[in-house]
Amino acid sequence: MLVGLFVPCYIDQLYPKVGKDTLEVLEKVGCTVVFLQDPLCCGQPMANSGYEKMTRGYEKPFLKALQEVDYLVTPSASCSSHLTHHLLKPLVGKEELSRVRELTEFLHDVTGLEKLKASFPHKVGLHLSCHGLRGLNLGTPSELKVPHYSKIEEVLSTVDGLELVVPPKADECCGFGGSFAVSEAAVSVKMGSDKMKGMSMAGVEYVTATDMSCLMHLEGVFQAENSPMKIMHIAELLNSEEGGSGNQ
Amino acid sequence: MKGTHANLSKEFITTSDKTDWHNDALWFLRAKRDKQRDTIEDWEKLRSTAAAIKDHTLSRLADYLQTFEENALQNGMQVHWAWDDAELREITASILRENNARSVVKSKSMLTEECGLNPYLEKEGFDVVDTDLGERIVQLRKEHPSHIVVPAIHLKKEEVSDTFHEKMQTEKGNADPGYLTAAAREALRKDFIKADAAITGVNFGVAESGAVVVCTNEGNADMGVHSKKTVIHCMGLEKLVPGYKELAVFTRLLARSATGQPVTVFTSHYRKPRPDVKQHIIIVNNKRTDIYTDPEFRQAMRCIRCGACMNTCPVYRRSGGHSYHHTVPGPIGSVLAPFYGKEKNKDLPFASTLCGSCNNVCPVKIDLAGLLYKWRQKLTDETSADTSKKMSMQVGSSILKSHKKYGMVTTAFRWVPKSLLQSKFNPWNSKGEDGKKARVFPEVPGETFRQWYKKRQK
Repeated sequence: MLVGLFVPCYIDQLYPKVGKDTLEVLEKVGCTVVFLQDPLCCGQPMANSGYEKMTRGYEKPFLKALQEVDYLVTPSASCSSHLTHHLLKPLVGKEELSRVRELTEFLHDVTGLEKLKASFPHKVGLHLSCHGLRGLNLGTPSELKVPHYSKIEEVLSTVDGLELVVPPKADECCGFGGSFAVSEAAVSVKMGSDKMKGMSMAGVEYVTATDMSCLMHLEGVFQAENSPMKIMHIAELLNSEEGGSGNQ
Repeated sequence: MKGTHANLSKEFITTSDKTDWHNDALWFLRAKRDKQRDTIEDWEKLRSTAAAIKDHTLSRLADYLQTFEENALQNGMQVHWAWDDAELREITASILRENNARSVVKSKSMLTEECGLNPYLEKEGFDVVDTDLGERIVQLRKEHPSHIVVPAIHLKKEEVSDTFHEKMQTEKGNADPGYLTAAAREALRKDFIKADAAITGVNFGVAESGAVVVCTNEGNADMGVHSKKTVIHCMGLEKLVPGYKELAVFTRLLARSATGQPVTVFTSHYRKPRPDVKQHIIIVNNKRTDIYTDPEFRQAMRCIRCGACMNTCPVYRRSGGHSYHHTVPGPIGSVLAPFYGKEKNKDLPFASTLCGSCNNVCPVKIDLAGLLYKWRQKLTDETSADTSKKMSMQVGSSILKSHKKYGMVTTAFRWVPKSLLQSKFNPWNSKGEDGKKARVFPEVPGETFRQWYKKRQK
């Protein structure tokens, strides 16, 4: 299966390890992976700020890639959701849209989890990023009365030694929200700080999520408040082979 | 800009000790709502049904309004049509004058709040007493409701105690909720007896019978309606349901979504005036037809004003209702507000992380986050731009569109010293009021993914 890997701009610049781990996890489960050089960004930062109109042309490299690969996979639920709900939605059919996948969703729905092999013997708190949960239906949000499922928990259950904690209000927004983080900094930081308190009460060492943007915001708050908690993207957990400290 | 949501919420968070308390109070309602949801097996189907009923009713709104009017007239009600807020105010005042009514008891109505009825009537020399306890509290304080269902949720009992002491001479410092409620009750009983007329809001208008339905927990609407000879019901034109079968769907949803009660304590049906009573229904538009005729936003007309979107909203809970500077706050308020002034409310659709929790609690399934997203696109076109934001977006979008520029920025980014990236010049590095760091920019790694991948290919 030929997979085109889309590494979003901020992951490329600030968290390259997440890109590497995603690539290696995809190879581990048997995919042939090509890194998509052309697309730099899904356009979400502008679009969520009311400037969707400035992202004309952003769709082109994605449309081209969709013709060349079986699946377009990205380690960001938020970018994936922007591609499928906004940028590409008016341009391609349902079948084609369903070939754009966030990493966890792709592993769960397409490749299966049999070949995943990782170990990370730590207590990890799960933050359920909004766009993954409510946009891509990676699990059941707490508001709805529907039978419980969680693709993220299933995928993470393949990691040896990982003790996953889903604290109360795990699906409350962390406060990132794109340019909201800056334009509404007081509320944004307060939400991040509350998320930190919840995770800290749950006694976790690490906080994980499907989105590096949430984690970047949380990391910034952890650091400002001298919290010992660290952040790990799901791809990093899925590619970890260590018993404790070699993950940095 | 001073009065924006960003500034007002910052003030609420940093200068009051209320944020956590307010957050918990609203979350309590959300948790109660979840419990009630679980008592109904087909909850999600109930929501879909409610949305479908509203869409159906809206698709034949003119017909249903006419049927409603005909039936109400036949029942002996007097029906008036108010195109806008000014007409509602004038019609109300003229009804009161015609009936020699100088004082009014009013049950809760966000519509009259929206239309500025109280200040107008007071200016015209009428006495108006809000009889819902929460609304009475904010009225005494000369404030506006900060929530559409629990209007005084932003106030602590100590503040209520101070207000009551000042206005109703209760014991200074006695903040016992039982004591304060009893004091308000005693005062309100006198107001009920004294008043010449009663005004109510309306939760539902039943087209097949011409009846209006008012839901309260305090019975205050009934006390006014049952004791006065002049009665006025103010109803937004979106409140219609076709008949009782459909109404039942909404009475099951309303209180559960709003406060986590199975049903409001009183669900009062007013169909026919008692002998000697003049009972009026004022059907109000006030820009509802603007929303109605906009195909993208028409679904906002489904709203039954339960407030569930506020209770779940992580931004609303932490920033308080007044930070939204519009009659209806929170997610639905931010969708409605630009219809009442794009320029002055252009910040509100941005006062959200678009987390989507509101969509999932909404009993009529309004795509609130989607509509906020749509407003953002429209408002950047139709209102004066925030120049620095627009410029940064222009720069950002041109970099992210061009590999050449992106490459140059990648290099330059790595030349910027960490001390500068983590300084106050980077707006990401937020600081609290005390000057302490609140959020820090991450360290920039030496190599991007792209650079690593290039090496790996070799």
